[in-house]
Amino acid sequence: MRAAPAAPAAAKTVSPRRPGRPRVLARALPVAPAVILLLLFLAGPIAYCAYIAFTDLQLTGQAHSSFVGFENFRAAFKDEAFLNAVWLTLVFTVLSSLVGQNTLGLALAALMQRASKPVRTLVGGIVITAWVLPEVVAGFLLYAFFRREGTLNAILDWLHLPTQNWLFTLPILAVSFANVWRGTAFSMLVYSAALNEIPKEITEAAEVDGAGGWRRMWHITLPMIRRSIATNLMLNTLQTLSVFGLIWVMTRGGPGNRSQTLPLFMYEQAFQKSMIGYGTAVALLLLVVGALFSVVYMRLLRTEV
Amino acid sequence: MALLTGATLRSRRVGRRLAADAGLLFVAAAFVLPLAWVVLSSLDAHADLRVRVPDGLTLHNFDAVLKPDITFTPLLNSLVLCGGGTALTVVCAALAAYPLSRFRSRLNRPFLLTILFATCLPITAIMVPVYALFVRVNLIDTVQGTIFFFAASQLPFAIWLMKNFMDGVPRELEEAAWTDGASSLQSLVRIVLPLMGPGVAVVTVFSFVMMWGNFFVPFMLLLTPDQMPASVSINDFFGNRGTVVYGQLAAFSVIYSTPVILLYVLVARRLGGGFALGGAVKG
Repeated sequence: MRAAPAAPAAAKTVSPRRPGRPRVLARALPVAPAVILLLLFLAGPIAYCAYIAFTDLQLTGQAHSSFVGFENFRAAFKDEAFLNAVWLTLVFTVLSSLVGQNTLGLALAALMQRASKPVRTLVGGIVITAWVLPEVVAGFLLYAFFRREGTLNAILDWLHLPTQNWLFTLPILAVSFANVWRGTAFSMLVYSAALNEIPKEITEAAEVDGAGGWRRMWHITLPMIRRSIATNLMLNTLQTLSVFGLIWVMTRGGPGNRSQTLPLFMYEQAFQKSMIGYGTAVALLLLVVGALFSVVYMRLLRTEV
Repeated sequence: MALLTGATLRSRRVGRRLAADAGLLFVAAAFVLPLAWVVLSSLDAHADLRVRVPDGLTLHNFDAVLKPDITFTPLLNSLVLCGGGTALTVVCAALAAYPLSRFRSRLNRPFLLTILFATCLPITAIMVPVYALFVRVNLIDTVQGTIFFFAASQLPFAIWLMKNFMDGVPRELEEAAWTDGASSLQSLVRIVLPLMGPGVAVVTVFSFVMMWGNFFVPFMLLLTPDQMPASVSINDFFGNRGTVVYGQLAAFSVIYSTPVILLYVLVARRLGGGFALGGAVKG
């Protein structure tokens, strides 16, 4: 740009740019590749999802699928395996996202405000590494941790506490812990950023007035980071709703279907039982739940756009 | 409520710092165990499932997995898929973000809201219909199809992030270029993008890391074993090759995870602690 010739520059200054019809088109043009990709590969599948959820499409040996209306949904709400998956998804989300990642992330961020720098760096590094690791690798690490011959039992044994086969006795708890291990870093980062924005004078004034740590947290800090809490909960929940690889690697949804959350149920119906229509109906429900969360999230961010 | 003196406050603060350090170290110990397992086991000739210090360090596990069919092909596949997907994402996002950031239009707000909405959709949910659609249009089991889907799934967030970074580049610099006769595309490529280098780096690394670790998308859309990226081929350590050799699984995990950790560190350094991403998501 620095080398731009001077002569045409002089000519151009005569007609400063003003928005006009053709210009609008020229300006919209750069958006086109992104819009085309999004329409073809994101909006398209979503629309297709909304369509085949109402058909009896199957994976193999079927020339035509027919429209069955709400049959898939009616079947789902009568299907015990589906209701089980809904329940487990709820347990998984509440335990790992609302309680686990959120609380632990906030606790870590709050402790980090007071901790010494080397400890802060070390702990942050470890927690973030768990977050950056590929999903499948994280799954294997926690599979090894929770197995009968794994690390957790070794520790319990050393402490003379009863050991058990965690992935068999409490599979949903094990995968929830795995999700906490993997996902806490995000909450930690969001809350650290939020806590850093609170002016020091406010908490110090409260401290001088004799307010203890818990009271300061409850009456001052939490109300001030309200918005961050809301957006973090939203994003954590959406993230947790779509966890597949982690659970797949650790338990395949089993034993039986005792850790089969909705994404795994959807996969099983569509591919192991070849009922694409039914599996897609489940997918559509998941998508609708996600969309509702998404709308709430956007309302929280309303002022920003 | 008694007022506290300066000295008590100070000694309280030291005590509190020690307590905070202790608390954090305890949590870190719990977090580090699974990580320690993978590192130690990869160097242990007799690795099993629990964390323990190996009798003697060995690189045998790495030797065993560093073969074309086990490591190099899957990593190359990962590189092609994620590199292609990332390139497509970054180029499309940069182009799309430019008019959104630079020109006023009645369409900007609805478009950005749609993008924000799409950012939050659980992509996992649409993998079954995507599979069905890909079968229908003959994109199933093709690398390009997977790349397109990867790019599309990452685009909403990439555009959102890119636009926010672009808003930070002052307009005046471009206006000078426009008077010099530069087109929008020229000013984007020669002025805006270089000035938002760290922003572009963040979008690039973030997209790449997300795709590199993604399991479900290639698991669904690719069928031929030769095309599988590392995220899926790692499953072969179970079952297909007989009994599980945990040392080799650990060694492979280390090799497969290292690039994304390095990339993350690279970006986090440039942005001072990596909090920018958290901030960007927060809005």
